[in-house]
Amino acid sequence: MITGKAMTSRIETRFAQCRAQQRAALVTFIMAGDPDAAISLDILKALPKSGADLIEVGMPFSDPMADGPAIQAAGLRAMHAGMTLNGVLRQVGEFRRHDADTPIVLMGYYNPIYVHGVEKFLIEAKAAGVDGLIVVDLPPEEDEELCLPALRAGLNFIRLATPTTDDNRLPAVLANTSGFVYYVSVTGVTGASRPDYSKVATAVRRIKAHTPLPVAVGFGVKDAAAAAEIALNADAVVVGSAIIDALARTLDSDKRGGPATVAAVSKLVTELAAGVASARR
Amino acid sequence: MTVLPSNSLRQGPDERGHFGIFGGRFVAETLMPLILALEEAYEAARRDPAYHAELGNLLTHYVGRPSPLYFAERMTEHLGGAKIYFKREELNHTGAHKINNVLGQILLARRMGKSRIIAETGAGQHGVATATACARFGLECIVYMGAVDVERQKPNVFRMEMLGAKVVPVQSGARTLKDAMNEALRDWVTNVDNTFYCIGTAAGPHPYPAMVRDFQCIIGEETREQMLNLEGRLPDSAFACIGGGSNAIGLFHPFLDEPSVELYGVEAAGHGLEVENGHAASLAGGRPGVLHGNRTYLLMDDDGQILEGHSISAGLDYPGIGPEHAWLKENGRVTYLSATDKEALDAFQLCARLEGIIPALEPAHALARIIEIAPKKSRDHLMVLGLSGRGDKDIFAVAEHLGGM
Repeated sequence: MITGKAMTSRIETRFAQCRAQQRAALVTFIMAGDPDAAISLDILKALPKSGADLIEVGMPFSDPMADGPAIQAAGLRAMHAGMTLNGVLRQVGEFRRHDADTPIVLMGYYNPIYVHGVEKFLIEAKAAGVDGLIVVDLPPEEDEELCLPALRAGLNFIRLATPTTDDNRLPAVLANTSGFVYYVSVTGVTGASRPDYSKVATAVRRIKAHTPLPVAVGFGVKDAAAAAEIALNADAVVVGSAIIDALARTLDSDKRGGPATVAAVSKLVTELAAGVASARR
Repeated sequence: MTVLPSNSLRQGPDERGHFGIFGGRFVAETLMPLILALEEAYEAARRDPAYHAELGNLLTHYVGRPSPLYFAERMTEHLGGAKIYFKREELNHTGAHKINNVLGQILLARRMGKSRIIAETGAGQHGVATATACARFGLECIVYMGAVDVERQKPNVFRMEMLGAKVVPVQSGARTLKDAMNEALRDWVTNVDNTFYCIGTAAGPHPYPAMVRDFQCIIGEETREQMLNLEGRLPDSAFACIGGGSNAIGLFHPFLDEPSVELYGVEAAGHGLEVENGHAASLAGGRPGVLHGNRTYLLMDDDGQILEGHSISAGLDYPGIGPEHAWLKENGRVTYLSATDKEALDAFQLCARLEGIIPALEPAHALARIIEIAPKKSRDHLMVLGLSGRGDKDIFAVAEHLGGM
């Protein structure tokens, strides 16, 4: 599929398309298996139709120490409903049978991958149609663990840069990053409070001075207006907790979802996409 | 500082925080610059005589060090074998070994200009020690404690509050120690500018495992000197309980290069090692994984999800263990055993009745193995128990288990 032309990854192609349309990309996060495998697959399939340009798929973990309450709860729901790392890969494989173009980035923590076996995981992720990985607890200091093997396996390894990543450290953070750079807009956990847009714009310019890669901005983007603000300067806007919140509001007292769950996510993503598209007009 | 021989077991970790394959720095990027700054500040403090002088002064006059090495005569008679000594860390101010580490870290926080201290606690001993040191130095103190532990360790919650700390019950996950640590990490990642994370055990991202160990090594260093004074030679064996393993590594480390000294770490076997998710013995029942900033032995399922673990002792039911212990298990220098809830309860009562010392349930686990092993040793075998804490906090829980309430 990518043989011979490994350089034009799905992620690169998608960012090029968005650039051609003179707009930022919308990156949406959902937790695989939340609230159950069937509904989360339906949501996954509906996301591109609603305007998601790239999709981050959360891999549930028992101890998500960089996540706020919304994504913690999503992970717990997914695990209670039986989601595993194998299940996440199956969801991506199933999605790929319907969508050959939308980039999928798996996001989570290292332990489930480490226990699964790094090489085995990379082979299976590649085969399933995964494009990149974001692993929160692997800083550049631990690149031999997964980052370098992932790059060798032809997967993007997307690094987080944060407000604490100063100019001295930025080159180390960017060194083995590929696909795009994910700028964490605030110091805090996912679902944090609204960022200071002018500071974010400054940070995006600072990162872009160090790398030709697209810069996506996430954490604290709650609605279409916020997405539009970020989309003025960033190459992509990442929305996670707000989508999870919209999903959670449709669940019954036993945390079960239904058709309304997919509809609620699609509605919010449609609004977010409109916000992103309007930003530079 | 003394130069260690090239084959010394005391050289770890390497500059990236690894003990063999264990340890490391598995944290989010936001925290990475903070951890590097901490490492730098700690290295500078280590070389600063003024820092050591201030810490030494506090350990002497505030904590009450050195803690005695006490000949447990009636326990020795009762067991009829090895000559048993207790290294009495329970006599320290705040009633456990935790204060040794906390004072070291709080002085470091002051050097770094941090005004807000956060900590996680299980049994509450580390929380109490942190609250105490923060009161002593006028620092804001926030202690994260699993909601389940808040319930079962009420006296320590009151103590922390008396000392002016804010105790935050953690409702996420299993609502015990690991979740308290997750929540403390979430706080730290949010409040990066003014906050110092005072970790209570020899685990977490580098430099914590090495730094906490260094602060606790005073236990083993004193034991060594005291035993030389009392008996004219080194002990033949030392026993300590292990949750995260800070009191054990503090007792063991100064003896790692003394092959004649047998070292025994005792994990919590809870309801029994054979009971699924019914114990907290990470080394005996876990396997290598990555959590809370380090690679170490963890209790987890086949999908890499961390299990909760169980122990009667809130200080031992952590599903991981310090990375240096993981390494010492693999190279065989330390023998790791375990004791069940019931064995710990029996040892707790025996110690109270024979020695007039109510031990914490944590070191009662180590005593349980001494009760088994001491009778098999000769009368000239010198055996040390790291009596890491006192049991006042446990009396209600023990009474409940014994049906006395």
